[in-house]
Amino acid sequence: MTCEKCQKEQAALQEIILKHKGTPGALIPILHEAQNLYGYLPAEVLHEISKGLEMPEAEVYGVATFYSQFSLQKKGKYRINVCLGTACYVKGAQDVLDKFKLRLMIDVGECTDDGLFSLEACRCIGACGLAPVVTVNGEVYGRMTVDKVDEILDKYEALAASEKEAEEA
Amino acid sequence: MILENRKALNILRDQKHKEMALRLGEDFDPKDGGRMHILVCGVAGCHSAGSMGIYENLQKKIEENGLQSEIKLISTGCMGLCAQGPLMVTYPDEIMYTHVEPKDVEEIWNSHVMGGQPVERLFAAESDGTKIAHALKDHSFYSKQMKIALKNCGLIDPMDIEEYIGVEGYQALALCLNDMDPEDVIDTMKDAVLRGRGGAGFPLGIKWESAAREMAPVKYICCNADEGDPGAFMDRSILEGDPHSILEAMAIAGYACGAKQGYIYVRAEYPVAVERLGIAIKQAHEYGLLGKNEATALMASIEGKRGEPRPKPPRSTEKGLFDCPTVLNNVETFANVPQIILKGTDWFKGIGTEKSNGTKVFALGGKIENTGLVEVPMGTTLRDVVFEIGGGVPGHLAFKAAQTGGPSGGCITAEHLDTPLDFDSLTKLGTMMGSGGLIVMAEDSCMVDIAKFFLDFTVDESCGKCPPCRIGTKRMLDITKKITEGKGNMDDLDELEDLAQMIKTGALCGLGQSAPNPVVSTLQYFKDEYIAHVRDKKCPAGVCVSMLKYIIMAETCRKCGICAKNCPVGAISGDKNTPYVIDQDKCIKCGVCMSKCPFKSILKNA
Ligand SMILES: Cc1cc2nc3c(=O)[nH]c(=O)nc-3n(C[C@H](O)[C@H](O)[C@H](O)COP(=O)(O)O)c2cc1C
Ligand code: FES
Repeated sequence: MTCEKCQKEQAALQEIILKHKGTPGALIPILHEAQNLYGYLPAEVLHEISKGLEMPEAEVYGVATFYSQFSLQKKGKYRINVCLGTACYVKGAQDVLDKFKLRLMIDVGECTDDGLFSLEACRCIGACGLAPVVTVNGEVYGRMTVDKVDEILDKYEALAASEKEAEEA
Repeated sequence: MILENRKALNILRDQKHKEMALRLGEDFDPKDGGRMHILVCGVAGCHSAGSMGIYENLQKKIEENGLQSEIKLISTGCMGLCAQGPLMVTYPDEIMYTHVEPKDVEEIWNSHVMGGQPVERLFAAESDGTKIAHALKDHSFYSKQMKIALKNCGLIDPMDIEEYIGVEGYQALALCLNDMDPEDVIDTMKDAVLRGRGGAGFPLGIKWESAAREMAPVKYICCNADEGDPGAFMDRSILEGDPHSILEAMAIAGYACGAKQGYIYVRAEYPVAVERLGIAIKQAHEYGLLGKNEATALMASIEGKRGEPRPKPPRSTEKGLFDCPTVLNNVETFANVPQIILKGTDWFKGIGTEKSNGTKVFALGGKIENTGLVEVPMGTTLRDVVFEIGGGVPGHLAFKAAQTGGPSGGCITAEHLDTPLDFDSLTKLGTMMGSGGLIVMAEDSCMVDIAKFFLDFTVDESCGKCPPCRIGTKRMLDITKKITEGKGNMDDLDELEDLAQMIKTGALCGLGQSAPNPVVSTLQYFKDEYIAHVRDKKCPAGVCVSMLKYIIMAETCRKCGICAKNCPVGAISGDKNTPYVIDQDKCIKCGVCMSKCPFKSILKNA
């Protein structure tokens, strides 16, 4: 961890740990903030937290893996989240999820090799009126169908390509 | 602004009440609060469907025309009829608009706001297409509802404490602190018999009383906003639409039980609720309505440990959070408290059934016309909720069952449509009230698949501490998976029943003990469907893909090869001279071939 960005993140992480250290129940808020900082919880970060809190690494790891909110895996540039709440499921969310898996060739919890898409499933985002529902980086797509999956992925692939072009130009 | 005393609170209330009078159906003077209030739903499905754009366009119109003092624009919590969102309502004429798009603002503004002529094409529709102008009063979705917990949702600005104060907010707390002893508060709650809305239905007054009896320097009041039913969103809606009602109720609980600290458990998936609670707490501090002692740890599993059950006793009212006496109540339960204090127990007991007082909020979902949030008196029949309020099953499909209680509950079949929805009637049918998810299933829903779905949820949620739950539910899931894949046999059905019994009696906590319910209930009412899966290898509802078969009809196949090219797993073979065929062992039933075949030569389940 020598690059400038890494050092900044490192400092921010220490600050987060110090801010909560000593209050009862500090671990979960720290994990939340660390995940906001890094996008996920890399192993080194869990190690730092355990050192900072003087808490066994196994306990930190235990809590981090217990709650589905925490991810130990890297996320894609576009984070796809398919709602598998009851209302969405009854209206065909599984087909939508399967279509994402098929087209991206990844499973839930994984990220495509090019780092563009990661796929997750969640339980009820409270938009049951629009079931089945999918979110991409928090943006909601309602009344999903298998065909709409292609539309959405095409859209984000095009977006990524044009961004890359702009960057290179 | 600190409200120094009750008098200051009342002065503010009277002033705000005057400003809000046109929204409350009372006489009003435009000098107080303008001539029109426009309320736009800013949460849940409406937000997702773009209600922000409506709000912004309206705001522009108001500013452009310099009408800030005449027309008030408010972003509210859930208005209920999510299926027809984005929703907006104008007051005092109470016109509800549905499916509003930002571009509709122009017409609404010119015709209605300026011209006094409401835009009929945006009125809420009944399932037969009739347009209803005053939907909040006249639409069948609303006319049978009765709102206590959701009273302010969709009516006030949840981010403005003064609006809450204007509709009698914090009056119940003031009444308790000034005119009632803690014992009086507890007696009132005991007399009202407010049963917990989180699922178990335990009377709140008794819980508060046992916490109050504990002699301990530190006690906690906790609010459970963690919806354990993956299709229920009423608690979140209350937090987003009326957060102060929860804070007020928790403060009342603190006074009654002698607790100085409160915690609200909100899940991280609900960032809006967390944000609004944060704002509400800050405002309540600023107005001097919450003391400085209350700590809040939103988004935290409070002790910072893995959430696992402990054996009882001690009960958590004796030894709960951080080993201190703790009162835990659900959001909806709390939302009832201030109104019971203000309106009295006779009023509350007059609503509902003999053993289930008051109302219950349900999240209607699944195969139903009017998806959304409804609140009805306990004892309303399932038929009324599904067919009157819910508008029935869309697409002329037959109603098959309603699932209540989520992963801990079971189903109610068509023959029980006249069951009154209250705690005890549902338990009698082998299901439960749960937190209020109500999912409608139609003839094209597979009951085995839904049982598998709920088991999948429980396996995910099982904390892993006790083997009956950790291993037993996993084993049940494996079996239901096998059945839905067409690989089950009749012995599997017996094993499911045995496992269910074992988990029910052996699991440590309520999650495990109730986890087999969806299987038990579907086996009880829909055994023939299980048998069709295992014996005939058929899914009568056509849901279980493994039992589907895609077949290329040799007679009509033009041998173009498009299907083979598109098959993601290379399951299709053939060439110019031989018709194409699908290797059923390789086929993953994705249906791509069928959708790509230009000659419609591929059939499903032929
Ligand atoms: C499997 C299971 C699921 C539960 N789901 C919820 C839930 O979604 N929301 C909730 O507030 N309580 C839920 N509870 C009940 C809580 O444990 C607790 O009893 C409740 O929040 C107490 O508040 P109340 O008495 O006001 O309902 C659940 C309990 C079990 C065993
Ligand atoms: S079940 Fe998907 S949004 Fe509620």
